[in-house]
Amino acid sequence: MFHHILQAQSKYAKCIDDDRLEDWPSFFTDDCLYRVTTADNEKHGLAASVMFADSRAALIDRITALREANIYERHSYRHILSAPVVLSEAAHEVVSETSFLLVRIMRDGVTDLFLSGRYQDKYCVENDRLLLSERIVVCDSSRIDTLLAIPV
Amino acid sequence: MSVNGTAHQPGERAWPEEGVTRVPFWVYQDQEIYASEQRKIYQGSVWNYLCLEAEVAKPGDYRTTFVGDMPIIVTRDQDDEIYAFENRCSHRGSLLALENQGNTREFACVYHAWTFDLQGSLKGVAFKDGLNGKGGMPAEFCLENHNPKKLRIATVHGLVFGSLSDDVAPIEEYLGEAILGRIKRVLGGRTTEVIGRFTQALPNNWKLYFENTKDSYHASLLHLFFTTFRLNRLNMKGGILLDESGGHHVSYSMVDPEKDKSADYSDQGIRSESGFTLADPNLLKGFKEFPDGITLQLLSVFPGFVLQQIQNCIAIRQIVPRGTDKCDLNWTYIGFADDTKEQRSIRLKQSNLIGPGGFVSMEDGCVGGFVQRGIAGSSEVSGVLEMGGNTTESQDTRVTEASVRGFWKAYRSLMSL
Repeated sequence: MFHHILQAQSKYAKCIDDDRLEDWPSFFTDDCLYRVTTADNEKHGLAASVMFADSRAALIDRITALREANIYERHSYRHILSAPVVLSEAAHEVVSETSFLLVRIMRDGVTDLFLSGRYQDKYCVENDRLLLSERIVVCDSSRIDTLLAIPV
Repeated sequence: MSVNGTAHQPGERAWPEEGVTRVPFWVYQDQEIYASEQRKIYQGSVWNYLCLEAEVAKPGDYRTTFVGDMPIIVTRDQDDEIYAFENRCSHRGSLLALENQGNTREFACVYHAWTFDLQGSLKGVAFKDGLNGKGGMPAEFCLENHNPKKLRIATVHGLVFGSLSDDVAPIEEYLGEAILGRIKRVLGGRTTEVIGRFTQALPNNWKLYFENTKDSYHASLLHLFFTTFRLNRLNMKGGILLDESGGHHVSYSMVDPEKDKSADYSDQGIRSESGFTLADPNLLKGFKEFPDGITLQLLSVFPGFVLQQIQNCIAIRQIVPRGTDKCDLNWTYIGFADDTKEQRSIRLKQSNLIGPGGFVSMEDGCVGGFVQRGIAGSSEVSGVLEMGGNTTESQDTRVTEASVRGFWKAYRSLMSL
């Protein structure tokens, strides 16, 4: 299972880093939960998110907005992931946690460590395929530079 | 843009003759202007937003914040009153509080253990009388003469404001009736709860962001989310309100009852110029919270406070300057104690619209930086603010820059520029 999770995480990161954002929702179940928040909000039990989606359709809207509506300076990401820690494993659900570093490369070449944090994941196991039923992205810092357009 | 007629020397900045319809770009770049703003604006005759009463709810609670560059501690003492003072030890100047929030009986400086009570008064000096008859402070050293700066406090519908000025007008007078009424409209009689906090680090001068919040002209031009997904309603009307100083404003849009003959918005009064629709329309599902039909209200209080209502999404934005070309935007997302579970969940979903990743706000995070970089070689040039005329009065249209001109009116008055 560890290797399946490792492969799924790597594919997810590669999908975003390769700018195949239209494929990003396909990593999730139909009724998934995807949130981006901070360690400070998690610590204090504050529920609001920087990004929030409680369906795959909402993830599709995120990408449509990103491509068609929102305005921001062109940039890309490079995800560096730790190996996942498998926290629990049942017949149809695997709970795991993975650390990430997210490097942001701006149009003009300026390259920064944009975010660090952890993915708190629940994977749904369906016919040998792993789909995220829940991904809570907990950023270590409460500061976000400029804006968060591309999903993490 | 227009070039100012006369060249200037550093320290001899002169505002363009056109007045509030021009903004000289040096005002976003000059280190001396920045230093002067700290004294004349933030520490001057203004009320600065500090935090929510709900964030210092119990005796002993404290929260740290900023007045311009100055670090501040806000407390609630055992007498249940709110106090605020500089987060600076009066000995060598170290920070006193090193956490964002907490509950305490006193503040002890970590450097030499000088202690301060919750009202910011110096109460103890370690080894004050020396050790074994040696060392210690001079006998005439008087604790009462060595306090960090203390702020005057005013609260308005759960918002805590502070001032370092002895002559600032009472908060009600400072805000004016119209602004006060619009704060009450959102927060009056309600118990606020913080539901999230984020800081957006912006690559621009603080004024560029504050102007942006007052700029109702840009809203439908820069923020294309509603238009792209055909969510704009044609039966909307709006306008802006300014206080007398020009420094505070309200921009709002609402359903126009004249044009709102049909109860069903879903197939009438909606623009249809793009082919995109939301795959999950639940994003904008709301509940009737405000009987006046106002769906968007942006309210700003000089020099750096914004109260925002976008549908059921309510948040406070505090703008903290961080040098000439940086500022922090502190977002506090708000719910209310009597929210039902469903209402709270609607607020959490709608918060997708706002914040660093907000569908209708993310652009504001980058556009100030575009200006800051764009003007880098043109300190002597000015930006133009003539949309909606040259006045700083309330108008029943949002296609105007009157609120931005109002900001410069208040700014210039305090800065003597």
